[in-house]
Amino acid sequence: MNTPSQDVWVYVEHPNGVVAPHTYELLGKGRDLAQALGGRLVAVLLGHDVASLAQTLGTADLVLSVDHQRLASFTPDAHARTVRALGESAMPRLLLCGATSAGIDLASLLSALVPVPMVVNVRAIEVEGGRVITTSQLCGGKLLCEMELTGCTVLTVLAGAFPAEAGFATRGAPVESMAAPAALDQAPVHVLRLIEPAGEDVDITRVSILIAVGRGIQRKENLQLAEELAGLLAGAVCASRPVIDQGWLPLSRQVGKSGMVVKPALYLALGISGAPEHLEGMRNAELIVAVNTDAGAPIFNVAHYGVVGDMFEVIPALMAQLRERKAA
Amino acid sequence: MKIAVLLTMVPDLVEELEIDPSGTALDTQWLRYVLSESDDHALEQALLLKDRHSASVTALALDYGDAEQALFTALAKGADAAIKIAPVPPGGPNRRGAAALFAEVLRRQPADLILTGVQATNDLDGHLPGLLGGLLDLRYVGVTRSVEASADGGLVVQKEYPGGVAAEISLPTPAVIGVISAPQPPRYVPVARIREVTKTRMVGVEAAIAVDPQPAAVIRRLYKPEPAGHATMLTGPPEQMAQELAAILEGRGLLR
Amino acid sequence: MTPVRETFWNIPHWAELAQYLLGVLAVIIFAAGVYLRVQRWRLGRPERLNGTLGDRLQAIASYALAQLRILADHFSGIMHLALFWGMVVLFLGTVLATVDWDVTRLLLNFQFLRGRFYLGYELVLDAFGAVVVIGLAMGLWRRYVRRARRLASQTVPTFAWDDMYLLGILLLIAVSGFLVEGLRISAHPPSWRAWSPIGSALAEAFRPLPEGTQRVLHFSLWAAHALLAFVFVASIPFTKAFHLVSSPLNVWLRDFSPPGALKAGTEAGVGVIADFTWKQLLELDACTWCGRCQDVCPAYASGSVLNPKHLIMKLDARLLRHPPRRGVHPNEQASLHGTAVSAPELWACTTCGACADACPVFIRQPQVIVDLRRQMVSQGTMDGMLQTALMNLTRYGNSFGQSERARPRWTQALGFKVKDARREAVEFVWFTGDYAAFDPRVQEMTRAVARILRAAEVDFGLLYEGERNAGTDARRVGEEGLFELLVDRNRQALAGARFRHIMTTDPHTYHALKHDYGAAFDGQGGIRPEVLHYSELLDRLISAGRLPLRQRLGLTATYHDPCYLGRYGGVYEPPRRVLRALGVRLLEMPRSRAGSFCCGAGGGRIWMEDTPGGRERPAEQRVREAAGLPGVSVLVVTCPKDLVMFRDAVKTTGLDGRLAVRDLAELVEEAVTAEEASHAA
Repeated sequence: MNTPSQDVWVYVEHPNGVVAPHTYELLGKGRDLAQALGGRLVAVLLGHDVASLAQTLGTADLVLSVDHQRLASFTPDAHARTVRALGESAMPRLLLCGATSAGIDLASLLSALVPVPMVVNVRAIEVEGGRVITTSQLCGGKLLCEMELTGCTVLTVLAGAFPAEAGFATRGAPVESMAAPAALDQAPVHVLRLIEPAGEDVDITRVSILIAVGRGIQRKENLQLAEELAGLLAGAVCASRPVIDQGWLPLSRQVGKSGMVVKPALYLALGISGAPEHLEGMRNAELIVAVNTDAGAPIFNVAHYGVVGDMFEVIPALMAQLRERKAA
Repeated sequence: MKIAVLLTMVPDLVEELEIDPSGTALDTQWLRYVLSESDDHALEQALLLKDRHSASVTALALDYGDAEQALFTALAKGADAAIKIAPVPPGGPNRRGAAALFAEVLRRQPADLILTGVQATNDLDGHLPGLLGGLLDLRYVGVTRSVEASADGGLVVQKEYPGGVAAEISLPTPAVIGVISAPQPPRYVPVARIREVTKTRMVGVEAAIAVDPQPAAVIRRLYKPEPAGHATMLTGPPEQMAQELAAILEGRGLLR
Repeated sequence: MTPVRETFWNIPHWAELAQYLLGVLAVIIFAAGVYLRVQRWRLGRPERLNGTLGDRLQAIASYALAQLRILADHFSGIMHLALFWGMVVLFLGTVLATVDWDVTRLLLNFQFLRGRFYLGYELVLDAFGAVVVIGLAMGLWRRYVRRARRLASQTVPTFAWDDMYLLGILLLIAVSGFLVEGLRISAHPPSWRAWSPIGSALAEAFRPLPEGTQRVLHFSLWAAHALLAFVFVASIPFTKAFHLVSSPLNVWLRDFSPPGALKAGTEAGVGVIADFTWKQLLELDACTWCGRCQDVCPAYASGSVLNPKHLIMKLDARLLRHPPRRGVHPNEQASLHGTAVSAPELWACTTCGACADACPVFIRQPQVIVDLRRQMVSQGTMDGMLQTALMNLTRYGNSFGQSERARPRWTQALGFKVKDARREAVEFVWFTGDYAAFDPRVQEMTRAVARILRAAEVDFGLLYEGERNAGTDARRVGEEGLFELLVDRNRQALAGARFRHIMTTDPHTYHALKHDYGAAFDGQGGIRPEVLHYSELLDRLISAGRLPLRQRLGLTATYHDPCYLGRYGGVYEPPRRVLRALGVRLLEMPRSRAGSFCCGAGGGRIWMEDTPGGRERPAEQRVREAAGLPGVSVLVVTCPKDLVMFRDAVKTTGLDGRLAVRDLAELVEEAVTAEEASHAA
């Protein structure tokens, strides 16, 4: 392995043929980092027939692209070994991946294969006099860890850590097509098919008012309260993971890191404590109101308005108020 | 099929986490350890495969933080064997160190399938299964919600993506899989059976030397986050708060 | 002519012999049947019974002879006493007649059924024969005209029309007996016939018939009466009539452990019928399908799938289909789970104990359910919420999933420090229980208790982080191993503390400490510490004048007896005395004291997912019962789970504002302080 450059690489994720918003977040931040380090920002684009995607990656100085049939659907082995091959000549100072299903697989495997160190769950990156300082989130958000990186490092970055707008570009970047490693043809890991969730009723990402329920709802029948309120406001009911895991609502209603990311005009969180995985899915809602019996619930750090109280008292009273106002 | 399940002990978040005087590590006075949640799912996934395909399941853990208890519980749930790996520093090594220790033992006792949780709450320098895949040069897929044995002796796994989408992936054994959830919740094992197992079964010990890799990064400080902002809290009896809230919603034009 | 019994008048000698032969045959069949039943009981595991001879004699007197529990329902109590005593007297009459004719006459050459004794004998038999008929008529009317709901059975262990068979055959026997007497008196009137009033009256009806016809009818009915009687006797072990044997036997063999006590059982619990103990199998056979347990069961009342009567009958049906010997037979290995009993049915039980308390023949339904639950736990058949609660209990010693260190945090708002019984000696060590310590809705009550004790200068302390859940509900969920683990930890904590007595705010904890913790529970100096519920302590303090009451509470209230304090613990009066001392006007709900209706939280139900049953939940039914009393504005509770369940129920039934749920401690504190305390209900 040669001496590391000061380049910053960003691994591009493109589910469904569109560059993921998260990748733009990384490109935006990567731009600043590359500048501070005095290197280039390189977008690493692996896939099949993805040349057109390079058009939106103009924030980068360069797009390193590998086009191969076996890279069409993501598998950790194929993508990690391809990135390793790309890094054979010059390993970048930083490789930014999303802390996503694909990103964490790629990063971990790559880190051991090259080998190159890695840091996970990063939410802040600064350059201080040529040194890179990262802040990672641990233990469900209860702890933050500030680290000084020693050399080349792979980073997995939390969604929403940086603004996506900074990474958008209307022009493309120069594309350098690289050959896929020879072994790729014989790669034994295959994606057989994509499983979509059963066709569901409501697409909560399109609804502008969401009533979200968490563990505090206690019983399945109490969902009725949320449904009533949603009905009054012409909105829909969604939930955090624990409620979905119980089977009280279908997967399509799950908001959070492994569910949907929503940006409604109103997000009314009932009995949701505010675990980081959930916040990831709704923190950018326009108006967040949280109702919880626990004054210390983390949701109150993200909400615009908070009510410390029993939802079974507050919501009926709210509905009465809303009915009055609507009638008036 | 020989299955190895790797168990990692992580700080129990039920307790208050305190930072020690150095400011770079957790205070261990009230620190308790619990088995990482996704490892519990990995064990359940292994036991499901054992139920269906009469595989043998061996649970392995690094010997720190009540790992023995977790290993006995695994035996009580149905694992065939349990091994603890020693010596290990009291709070456990970092993930790379852990991967190196597990890899050493797994080279001596190869398995067809290595299952472990895809991530743990205190991961900092990597995620265990991916690192292991690279170290052992084995096929690897992570974030799985189901693992099945296929007719040809390989595996078919479902890799989870957001929004309930999943990719069905086939790969040959031997392989490393990073589990996020098992198809059914981890099974319950009665306390009496755990106690019985603790008295009647043995946990094997494997020696491994902790390789101290070059630290990828130096911890400057470990701290508890200050909330960036806080909500405007409404006060008063429920009716009053409801009234205020209704006024806010109306003011924002959200009543239709 | 001296009155003497004319046995076998008009009966030819061959018929007399035939009668004896058939009688012996009937008895042999009866004995064989009983033997088969006993053999089935012996399939069960051993069980040791508690109780002295005196206890048992008293039980027979009260519950088999006086039938006090059956009398709880007046109409059916009188019906059954009439039937029972009527049949007993008639049976004794037959015995006397047999001894008179075949023993004393043959062997000793004398008959005692003569003269005045005989006249009295005749009168008594006629009277009790009538009593039997009246009893049967009452029974038939109740079952087929009024159609009492609890008598309906979905499946019957023996055969479908067994209920009708029993009433019917007894009626036929009784009526045919009177007809035979009537015919005899008509055809062959003795001078003392007035001593058989009913027979004489019937004789009038037969008088018009020619004597020959009367004699033929007499003989035919006599034969019919004899045959019916023999069929009845022979059929006893194979029909509902077997309860004549099994029920009194079960009363005699009753276990005298304290109410609600559970036996340890095997780790794997009950899977097949033979996993039960012999006593439990006897209990299944002792069931008379009366349905009183069903009537008092809160799970059944809320529409869940559990019906204790149906459960016992299904298990009995299974037992009767089992061959009466051990051996490797496919039927024997068939598990009860999923076939005779279902998981939802078993999980629906709140272990309130009302069923066992109501049962006239002392069946222990809760023990049956817990034994079956033990197997479900062993196999992990439970819902996610329950599993989480059990795991939390194992790991943290409380069902809330919070650190042990969080247990004493409720004391922080007190403004004074509560002694640590682990560090300094106290008179009372206070076992708060999980809900009183962790649930924010209950903590204010717990603090009120602390303030009251301080005001009364009671020397009390806590175990702080050393306290664990007492384990009562874990035990009743079927997790015996977890129970033992918790008991171990609590015993260690108590061993490291110095105290004289134990007080608790939680009835479940109260029961556990008093009974489940067993004889190995020793206090200092080898003296077993007294365990008090806080209502008992408050009662003592008020009676001793250590809690001067500054104001009388002029409210009308009703009191809910918690299952584990009342039915299980026998503590009914202390809370009532306290309330009266506070100046509260106390009205009783229709179901109070031992008849109290469970709030639905016990047996681990508060940890389980709610499965709506189609009717209102027990707590909702109970608050309506309270609100239905005229003038009552407050429902008083002395259990943290009751507080939580009833306050929820008041909201969901819309009784908010009409009925306030308040803990006894809150009321005492209000009466003890000069100003009125305001509490949001």
